[in-house]
Amino acid sequence: MDDKLLKTITRLVIPFIEVYGIFIILNGHLSPGGGFSGGALLGTSLILYTLVFGVKKSEKKFSPRVSVILESGGVLLIIGVGIFGMIMTGFFLSNKAAGFNIGEFGSLFSGGFIPLLMIAIGLKVASTFITLFHSVIEEDYHESV
Amino acid sequence: MKKIPVILLMVSLFLVLSYYVVSMPSTSEVTSPSYNETVLYYIENAKEETGAKNIVAAILTDYRRFDTMVETIVLFTAIIAVVSVLKIDPGEKEEDHG
Repeated sequence: MDDKLLKTITRLVIPFIEVYGIFIILNGHLSPGGGFSGGALLGTSLILYTLVFGVKKSEKKFSPRVSVILESGGVLLIIGVGIFGMIMTGFFLSNKAAGFNIGEFGSLFSGGFIPLLMIAIGLKVASTFITLFHSVIEEDYHESV
Repeated sequence: MKKIPVILLMVSLFLVLSYYVVSMPSTSEVTSPSYNETVLYYIENAKEETGAKNIVAAILTDYRRFDTMVETIVLFTAIIAVVSVLKIDPGEKEEDHG
């Protein structure tokens, strides 16, 4: 698309959407929201970028290599936290017993591994959104060339 | 003529379903079976056991952590399936047309 208004407004809006998505993910254990909804916000901001600037420019910002790392990294982070708990206590994914810092109630660093899992889920969902969208869009792009 | 037994069967099935829907317990009552000891346990112990202020997050990622883990694995499998079907390998495409 070659609309100057659309491009300018998209450039202005995307940072706010992404900061809000990161806020939702990091405050998942304190306020409504969490990994799934915050990840959806992050993914949607990248979809908006792809719609306005095209697949080629978007793949420079978010390459397939990064998406591979995030896709498998999200799952591996959760399984890694689980195996850490298994080493410490003998139970897969144990929270308080495995020595995760419960922290002060209501502070940002509280809730044991819940923020870690929220970050993993958020990155996973965001990367799933954008990979799905790119692979559907790319097919059209290749067929039209 | 074939329609009459089908209609009769459908009406009787509808009546059976309506009977069970009407006799289901209301969710707005305190004595409803969905408010069992699990809910009380979460409300009473979530603060000490997880330290999370948001009880939904505590249930989702602590009490039902295996559900959440396998949910991410389901997302992973789904995206692998989509990419393996839709992703076009440039070399492969030339072979198809050549």
